[in-house]
Amino acid sequence: MSTASPSPALEVKGLSVEFPTRRGILTALSDVSLTIERGEILGVVGESGAGKSMTGMAVLGLLEPPGRVSSGEIRIAGKRTDNLSDDEMESVRGRMVGAIFQDPLTSLNPLFSVGQQLVETIRLHSDRNRTEARVHAVNLLKQVGIPGAEERIDHHPHQFSGGMRQRVVIALALAGNPQLIIADEPTTALDVSIQAQITTLLRRLCREQGAGVMLVTHDMGVIAETADRVAVMYAGRVIEVGAVEDVLARPKHPYTRGLMGSIPALGARVERLTQIDGAMPRLNAVPPGCAFNPRCPEAGSRCLQVRPTLMPEGQGAVACLLHDGGVA
Amino acid sequence: MLAFLVKRIGNAVLVMLTVAFFAFLIFRFLGDPVEMMVNESATQSDRDELRGRLGLNDGFLVQYVRFVTNAAQGEFGLSWRNQQSVIGLIAERFPATFELVIIATFLSLVIGIPLGVFTAIGRGRWWAEGLQFSSIVGVSLPSFFVGIILILTFSVTLGWLPGYGRGDVMRIGWWSTGLLTASGRAAVVLPALSLSLFQITLVMRLVRAEMLETLRADFIKFARARGVKRRPLWFRHALKNCLMPVVTLTAMQVGNLIAFALVTETVFQWPGMGMLFMQAVTFVDIPVMAAYLCIVSFIFVTLNTLVDIAYAVIDPRLRNA
Ligand SMILES: Nc1ncnc2c1ncn2[C@@H]1O[C@H](COP(=O)(O)OP(=O)(O)OP(=O)(O)O)[C@@H](O)[C@H]1O
Ligand code: SF4
Ligand SMILES: [Mg+2]
Repeated sequence: MSTASPSPALEVKGLSVEFPTRRGILTALSDVSLTIERGEILGVVGESGAGKSMTGMAVLGLLEPPGRVSSGEIRIAGKRTDNLSDDEMESVRGRMVGAIFQDPLTSLNPLFSVGQQLVETIRLHSDRNRTEARVHAVNLLKQVGIPGAEERIDHHPHQFSGGMRQRVVIALALAGNPQLIIADEPTTALDVSIQAQITTLLRRLCREQGAGVMLVTHDMGVIAETADRVAVMYAGRVIEVGAVEDVLARPKHPYTRGLMGSIPALGARVERLTQIDGAMPRLNAVPPGCAFNPRCPEAGSRCLQVRPTLMPEGQGAVACLLHDGGVA
Repeated sequence: MLAFLVKRIGNAVLVMLTVAFFAFLIFRFLGDPVEMMVNESATQSDRDELRGRLGLNDGFLVQYVRFVTNAAQGEFGLSWRNQQSVIGLIAERFPATFELVIIATFLSLVIGIPLGVFTAIGRGRWWAEGLQFSSIVGVSLPSFFVGIILILTFSVTLGWLPGYGRGDVMRIGWWSTGLLTASGRAAVVLPALSLSLFQITLVMRLVRAEMLETLRADFIKFARARGVKRRPLWFRHALKNCLMPVVTLTAMQVGNLIAFALVTETVFQWPGMGMLFMQAVTFVDIPVMAAYLCIVSFIFVTLNTLVDIAYAVIDPRLRNA
């Protein structure tokens, strides 16, 4: 089926996203580069507002107007998608890239049964007829671990618990056999006891289907258990990427070090990073030089002038002048 | 679902009994039926005899029960004005009003809903904003003014459509319909349009607001993410979530339309209940007024009940309530 080495599930190169506003242009993402191989899970972490969701939405082609990709390239399974028309993008979503959002309570249309929503999605992305699509829908529900799938398929979303609903959402995201899944905080809204089940399920299914996953989360425990590699974002930039073991054990960027230092225990949230003083700059007030310089304990004079770019470093990459010519 | 139906219908019956009680009070205690029915020369014993025959000496409750039983069978007595049976008078006029209101409602939905959807998805474009603006004008124009403008334009100047009357009607049992003849259909266009203009703008603005709200919902974002195309996204996923308030508004407004029909019927010389009621008020024709009250309330209550049932059909979450 596939050729010698398949292209990565996702390749983002130098992606910038802008929001033209009355008071000038806001740059929400600048020069973001990421790669996710097939069957690989890339964790994406960073403070609230760092641009994690924005990256996912840009890949899905669902930026809210007037937001737009101003430069860079997005390739899903080798196909360039950032320059597609709305019509073309409609047939990429669901089929090449699926999505799972934070809140399963609001992700499903309350007025249609889960079967109707599954059959609709399946038929959008394959030439199955209604009966075949329904059979496939039942199979998907079984795959995501919904007991009594034959019966449950005709139930409406409000008849499912939060965890079960998120399973339905996963089934919907997988219905078109996409090569890439964007999972934006898929467990944040769920009961702690269910979170692990959902991430385990997600991990198993993506391995089985050979889909790459971009897993946005605030939960370092989830990253440690689920992800293969991790990307750290700050103020619309990727500041460090690497294998999970490396980044967790030997963070290179001062911000990542702060992040890791702020984890009291695995499984805890990092929404409030008390260890790092100050707050992330607003998009219209990013300082010159390194965006992290006002908060960086190691900042030097060069950090105020030179903007570090993501440079390969060991097995990963880091955007910090400490690793690129020094800070003095 | 069955328990739900029984409950709703039980409520409706209770409300109707209350309305009938007030109609009965008007009927029984506003003016003296005997005085209105006998002629000048009648003796006191004639009057007493009539009073007995009409059952006016019976107990209050007995009379109320009799009134309700009669009303339920459509028996509202004789008009004080011309001694014809009240229900006959109403039956003669009701179809005209009913058809006018139904056509007006239909127009408001088939014109108002698509306009609402298009102004929502075209927000910011000149044509959508233009429509939105004209709808404000539509809301603020008085109904009789719209009627007169329509008559002047399409009837007097262009001569395309009749500006008064109902055209030829056909009888189906006691029902007289204008919808089966060409002249009847032509005649209903202008009054229905005039009556529905306000309603169209109302539906359009409601659908627009609801659509804008729904299009921001997470499930719309998720539907797009799983590849649903724009057209089914708007007309299947989003619009269905907007229909509930539209159903409510429409059903509630039908009552208003019947009331507004009074004006439209006068402007267009439309032989409906509105005109009958106007005459009844002028002549203090109490039985006709009581019957009008009962019948209009009956329509209101029936519609409300249908709305509740329609809710349950559209939204599965309400079925167990
Ligand atoms: N429509 C918009 N116009 C302008 N700026 C926006 C818009 N939407 C988001 N932003 C900005 O883009 C930045 C990135 O937001 P994003 O939602 O990607 O953050 P995030 O990393 O996902 O945060 P969280 O962890 O809270 O989900 C934020 O600073 C936000 O204020
Ligand atoms: S570049 Fe300078 S300011 Fe930025 S993280 Fe590195 S040391 Fe800190
Ligand atoms: Mg987010």
